[in-house]
Amino acid sequence: MVFEMIKNWWKIFAALCVLYTVIAGFLFKVPAQPILHETIRNLYFHVPMWFGMMTILFVSLWHSIKYLSNSNIQSDIIASQAAHTGMFMGVLGIITGSIWARYTWGAWWVADTKLNGAAITLLIYMAYFILRGSLDEEQKRARISAVYNIFAYVMLIVFLLILPRLNDSLHPGNGGNPGFSKYDLDSTMRMVFYPAVIGWILLGVWMMTIKIRIEKLKRKTFIND
Amino acid sequence: MLAKQIRYLIAKEIKLEMRNKYALGGILLYVVSTVFVSYLSFKQIINPPTWNALFWIILLFASINGVAKSFISETRGRLLYLYTLVSPQAVILSKIIYNSLLLLVISLLCLLVYSLFIGNLIQDLPLFLLTLLLGSFGFSSLLTMVSAIASKTSNNFTLMAILSFPIMMPLLMVLLKLSKNALDGLEHWDFNYLLVLMFINVIIIALSYLLFRYLWRD
Repeated sequence: MVFEMIKNWWKIFAALCVLYTVIAGFLFKVPAQPILHETIRNLYFHVPMWFGMMTILFVSLWHSIKYLSNSNIQSDIIASQAAHTGMFMGVLGIITGSIWARYTWGAWWVADTKLNGAAITLLIYMAYFILRGSLDEEQKRARISAVYNIFAYVMLIVFLLILPRLNDSLHPGNGGNPGFSKYDLDSTMRMVFYPAVIGWILLGVWMMTIKIRIEKLKRKTFIND
Repeated sequence: MLAKQIRYLIAKEIKLEMRNKYALGGILLYVVSTVFVSYLSFKQIINPPTWNALFWIILLFASINGVAKSFISETRGRLLYLYTLVSPQAVILSKIIYNSLLLLVISLLCLLVYSLFIGNLIQDLPLFLLTLLLGSFGFSSLLTMVSAIASKTSNNFTLMAILSFPIMMPLLMVLLKLSKNALDGLEHWDFNYLLVLMFINVIIIALSYLLFRYLWRD
């Protein structure tokens, strides 16, 4: 029991961070700003989702590259389940962003650079799952989806780097709009924001490890049947 | 060695294309009919952004149709034969070069028919042609790779579209921007966008070069 707790310290840490984020995120003082008002608290929930998504999608990319070099099916399981979890966090990021946009910009969705980037990310990973679904043989599916995953991730990075330079953006921190660091003069928001980022990323990694275990068990029972 | 193989494979592609002229005729007719359908629905377009968007959408679909067959139509036996003779890099690079030539023909025809029917709003033709050239090259390299991926599945034509659309976005956005500049006839060329376009092309080709050998062995 104690040994388990020591081994899983990071899960406890993640849970504490998220708990702190929820409590402090809703109760602590935030800078009073016109238009933004209390919606500034979305910083603790919306932004970490994207950090978590990019971290977990990078894990997916890493294991796709690993699969191509060692052809170990474990890497493919990790890559696919990481992509699942990353996409889940992306959807949460879009939902939290959309609600925020409704109260500040007045619309659920606007034609904006940042939002397009988010939509393209989700489209790419949906295409990745459709591709996986249409290949039957295990090794072939692993190899071909790994190639697409690498190809798509690099194009996504190019897109996310280029796009902001092509168009202006309404999004905070872009196109001359102030990010939260401009408002957070006495660093009270940072006291919640940094634990929030760590907590949500670790929670995402935790979800990913559970999904990987489930998938491995599924394949094992399938082989034994 | 690689250059020799590539030259040989391109010659093979051209020979095959000439032997079966219906495929090429089909894709060229596809472009003409699509432009004509747009002409019947839009009549004249005088708004540059709309002209630009419609032109690239037509070209996008024509390119997907044109390139899709490059791997999907290859028989298993022919691929096995190639596999014993040449390196995978030679196969993908030769297909990319050949498809670029094909797409260049398609896009020039598209431009000709489009400006004939829908109206010619281009003020800076050299820039537009340069955009078209770089665009054909980029479309070709990206779609060739996606077609190699899609050819491994059973429902490959649907997959070809859904796999390529999201990853084509960076290319398409830059192309739209550049050709919009050409339509407006800006006084100075925006070399940043041209550089970005070349940079994207280089990245796609490097990725294809590295990744294709994992795709073609079954």
